Amino acid sequence: MDNLIEIRWHGRGGQGAKTASLLLADAAFNTGKYIQGFPEYGPERMGAPITAYNRISTKPITVHSNIYEPDYVVVVDDTLLEVVPVTEGLKETGAIIINTTKSPEYLKKVLNGYKGDIYTIDARKISIETLGRYFPNTPMLAAIVKVSQVMSDEALLEDMKGSFKHKFAKKPEVIEGNMKALEMALKEIQKI
Amino acid sequence: MSNIDKTTPMEKLTIGGNIYTAANAKEFKTGDWRSIKPVWIEEKCKQCGLCFPVCPDNSIPVCKDSLKRTDFNYDYCKGCGVCAKVCPFGAIEMKEEGVDE
Amino acid sequence: MSIRERLSGNEAVATAMKQINPDVVAAFPITPSTEIPQYFSTFVANGSVDTEFVAVESEHSAMSACIGAESAGSRAMTATSANGLSLMWEMIYIASSLRLPIVLNLVNRAVSGPLNIHNDHSDAMGVRDSGWIMLFSENNQEAYDNNLMAHRIAENENVQLPIMICQDGFITSHSIENIELENDEDVKKFVGEYHPEHYLLNKNEPIAVGPLDLQAYLFEHKAQQGDAMKAAKQVILDVSKDFEKWTGRHYGLFEEYKLDDAEIAIVCMNSTAGTTKAVIDKLRENGIKAGLLKIRVYRPFPGEEVSKALSHLKAVAILDKADSLNAIGGALFEDVTSSMYIAQKNVPMVNYVYGIGGRDTTEKDIESVFTDLQEIASNGKVENPYRYLGLRKEAK
Repeated sequence: MDNLIEIRWHGRGGQGAKTASLLLADAAFNTGKYIQGFPEYGPERMGAPITAYNRISTKPITVHSNIYEPDYVVVVDDTLLEVVPVTEGLKETGAIIINTTKSPEYLKKVLNGYKGDIYTIDARKISIETLGRYFPNTPMLAAIVKVSQVMSDEALLEDMKGSFKHKFAKKPEVIEGNMKALEMALKEIQKI
Repeated sequence: MSNIDKTTPMEKLTIGGNIYTAANAKEFKTGDWRSIKPVWIEEKCKQCGLCFPVCPDNSIPVCKDSLKRTDFNYDYCKGCGVCAKVCPFGAIEMKEEGVDE
Repeated sequence: MSIRERLSGNEAVATAMKQINPDVVAAFPITPSTEIPQYFSTFVANGSVDTEFVAVESEHSAMSACIGAESAGSRAMTATSANGLSLMWEMIYIASSLRLPIVLNLVNRAVSGPLNIHNDHSDAMGVRDSGWIMLFSENNQEAYDNNLMAHRIAENENVQLPIMICQDGFITSHSIENIELENDEDVKKFVGEYHPEHYLLNKNEPIAVGPLDLQAYLFEHKAQQGDAMKAAKQVILDVSKDFEKWTGRHYGLFEEYKLDDAEIAIVCMNSTAGTTKAVIDKLRENGIKAGLLKIRVYRPFPGEEVSKALSHLKAVAILDKADSLNAIGGALFEDVTSSMYIAQKNVPMVNYVYGIGGRDTTEKDIESVFTDLQEIASNGKVENPYRYLGLRKEAK
């Protein structure tokens, strides 16, 4: 992996894009990296478009500003594609990962001719199948790890197993579902 | 007044950000906050008039002459779901935004 | 052996407070410092500290409760931001004049209005002359470390002044980053116990504090505060030295980053210093001799030391994250330039007011300052010393 990877997340207030960015920071931290995870704060409103950021590096990170030229963009909610300029500044050597079931033609159209790689994942289906409810965080975390290679699939699974055990100590029944969600996402993410 | 954004130079901004016009909330479209949306099922609607007074965003237009409601104004609806809750006839359904019908 | 962790700036401060286990914490929530008392109150609730947590009804009361607690002979801590500090204003002066070593975490935010919840340093600059020691922190690590050192500095018998630990609201307070924590036992040992010589609850020595202090006395009492502030400089250095022996992390009055052989430099505080370091590294790769002087101790202001450290430069930019609105320049600019004047060092200096109300300060912004400095260094001229960085103006 490169010395510094910068990631921008787009989601809606309440959907957990911020949480997903913190989960990624956690997982990268646990594999020995230097990390930053921070949201861009605005008025807190359920449903309003929000942005969150990650920096992941093998060296200490001193920069404290937003990310304008990310290596990767993760779109947690595809209804944002026509509302927010999600590919703004995104490096063409990088990639965009979208939680969607929309057609490749549609995506290419709304991404304004973005020349980098476009990945899609149906986080809704995965989440409903494995968790019974719509929590896009876990599948999206697996998706960004798979694409950015900030860690290996095995390292992610190993680390998240530990995190889930800790996080869901009082609800162990959801650990298996979350692990399945990760595994499914790692398999189902596809490049268009 | 409303045509300012994050590129407007300081010379074009009012002092203290003062707003010198009234009733300008309509220029601030809040529809993009919505993650679930109300869907009006016209066949089930009895035009009882319970829904539009409770809408916090005036997003249920009512025809001046017929006094009947028409479809939602999604430019402003934030998807709070109060209308669906008060509807006695199940004529308003809340659907997740972005899910194809 | 330090513990590798990842915490936000607010979590780091709350963790330090937990390890310090003060007698009293009195606080009122305000963005972006709310999480500090929020996390701390959970430590109180689950019994990991035995602090008396006072959920007051305003910041004025928070500082008043800290003053009461500290006068009684106990350790008191609090946290606030912006308008919360404004509401404390009256009691801020009472705390320092009563010589009470209260520790306040100020998570810097613009003082309204118009209403803004984001970062700048206008809250801190409003109390810069109130007799509080003020330490600034680049990141979560420095906020944590400054808290661990705070009580020993403030409570020192030659100091006995309240202390404020600043960090940038949201930018560091809400950003999760790597941090090295120390273990509870070592913190306890380093911070030590507080045994003031005089205190209200000492039944063997009934005392009164805060008397009427008219023409015949106030001047002298203020001069005593002034002496204590001067003495604080050495105490901060001594405590920092002890801290370094323990943790290996070095702190001085300020940090010099690649300043020794630099020709041009930026002086700034808090998180912008980190962004500046990244820019300096890039410029150095291109042979540009850029450096940084990051102020850690803003009050007492280390004027003599700063002027020495900057005297060899060809041009210096001072970055103020608060506009003094005085038609002459920001507070840090005034402090640095007057220190240079007194030391009879003549280096071209320029002031940039930046980052107001949370305006993001990017690497490009910092690069543009160094570009300006190169020009000033080459011709020695400063056309307009009072500038804005990142402000939108109509193109001329």
